[in-house]
Amino acid sequence: MGSQTPLYACHVEAGARIVDFGGWDMPLHYGSQLEEHHAVRRHAGAFDVSHMTVVDLSGSGAQEFLRRLLANDVARLKEQGKALYSCMLNSDGGVIDDLITYYLAPNRYRLIVNAATRDKDLAWIDEQAASYAVEVVERPELAMIAVQGPQARALAASLFDDQWREPALALKPFYALEAGELFIARTGYTGEDGWEIVLPAAQAASFWQQCNAAGIQPCGLGARDTLRLEAGMNLYGTDMDETISPLEAGLGWTIAWDPQDRDFIGRGPLADMRADSGRRRFAGLLLESKGVLRNHQRVVVEGKDDGEITSGGFSPTLERSIAIARIPAGDYERAQVEVRNRLLDVRVVGVPFVRNGKIRIDL
Amino acid sequence: MSELPGDLKYTKEHEWLRQEEDGSVTIGITDHAQSALGDLVYVELPEVDQEVESGGEMAVVESVKAASDVYAPIGGTVLQVNDELSEDPEKINVDPYGDGWIVRLQPSGDAGETMDPDAYQAFIDELDE
Repeated sequence: MGSQTPLYACHVEAGARIVDFGGWDMPLHYGSQLEEHHAVRRHAGAFDVSHMTVVDLSGSGAQEFLRRLLANDVARLKEQGKALYSCMLNSDGGVIDDLITYYLAPNRYRLIVNAATRDKDLAWIDEQAASYAVEVVERPELAMIAVQGPQARALAASLFDDQWREPALALKPFYALEAGELFIARTGYTGEDGWEIVLPAAQAASFWQQCNAAGIQPCGLGARDTLRLEAGMNLYGTDMDETISPLEAGLGWTIAWDPQDRDFIGRGPLADMRADSGRRRFAGLLLESKGVLRNHQRVVVEGKDDGEITSGGFSPTLERSIAIARIPAGDYERAQVEVRNRLLDVRVVGVPFVRNGKIRIDL
Repeated sequence: MSELPGDLKYTKEHEWLRQEEDGSVTIGITDHAQSALGDLVYVELPEVDQEVESGGEMAVVESVKAASDVYAPIGGTVLQVNDELSEDPEKINVDPYGDGWIVRLQPSGDAGETMDPDAYQAFIDELDE
């Protein structure tokens, strides 16, 4: 048995199929993964993401520390509540984890990191923080619920205290708000609008049930995975790890190269990789025929080395199979994937495949 | 868990077989199998007239989660395949013992090891423990 979130009993009661995810007993689906996927694209879904790790940083050295720790630059966060997506790199430029940093107030930041990487992340952050005036505090007593979908904010807003409803609805994308005991962020992992809501564990079950009562569909990790794949978002441990640089994972845009004298961890090796025009690149793949692309299948490109699918599956929105992959450098549109001993044609496309309910590629 | 149809035989690979009156055998996957796979999104079917060996790969069912081979529980010649599964693979989720049938074979020999409903129920109960 793994760790359980404060919502575990709700999941079991709702008939969820429970699976292990990074040491946590999590709901895979509550009956139909496809229905849950469509609920988020068309209406609203709720995800228990309490397994994720919340880390609060405070102190006069907090900003300076984060500017060293992260490949993106928290100095870009000028307004309170603003969020920043970044990779945390090792000294070789490999990705230890990807995370979101929220700028709460001067000298105060919140990081939300992945569940499966909790132990190594905390060890790394503590080690790096030692020489800075910063206090690092994990917040395991907090739960987290993501409500996602075109109707998610409107439906979930009714669950907030009156005083927070308007400010919450006024949040711009990638901004967050401390709302009493709640922390409400207009962020997510589905390619749809919505909030991620951090709240005390003791309130989680009640909030979850109110979400359901408001018409927000409970969704499991299965739908979360197909939604993020359609949105072209990486899953740590699947699409990238410590042997992969953000440059090869389609995350070059998250590296803040300026100012040039900001010495973030991994910068040197990363700069060398950046100069290498032959490095593998990140791409989306669309299967031209029927069948399903899967993780680790081989991508064959004429006259080049092989690539590899890092996440493949069936896209419920496109009703076709899609994948994200690391493929050889170069500009080309055609490739093949080895699926069960056969080579199937795929088209190399940009991501996202789907965003805000709309298909973003030519089918 | 739904009741297992009494007129079927079952395999450890979670397939079911129905002996038809004309001597042919209809094959599908069990409710337990479809439930474990989750929503099905693609089914690869054999060709009609194709010969299959007992224990050989006969079809592939792919769900949102994984691909799974369907092995022939009996050798023979493919008489008919359920073409509707190409468009509606979820028929297997909805009605695994009815509209979700996969293949009808003309057997060329005896089936391998099969179980009656009680034995199969005991087998899956043990797996769930």
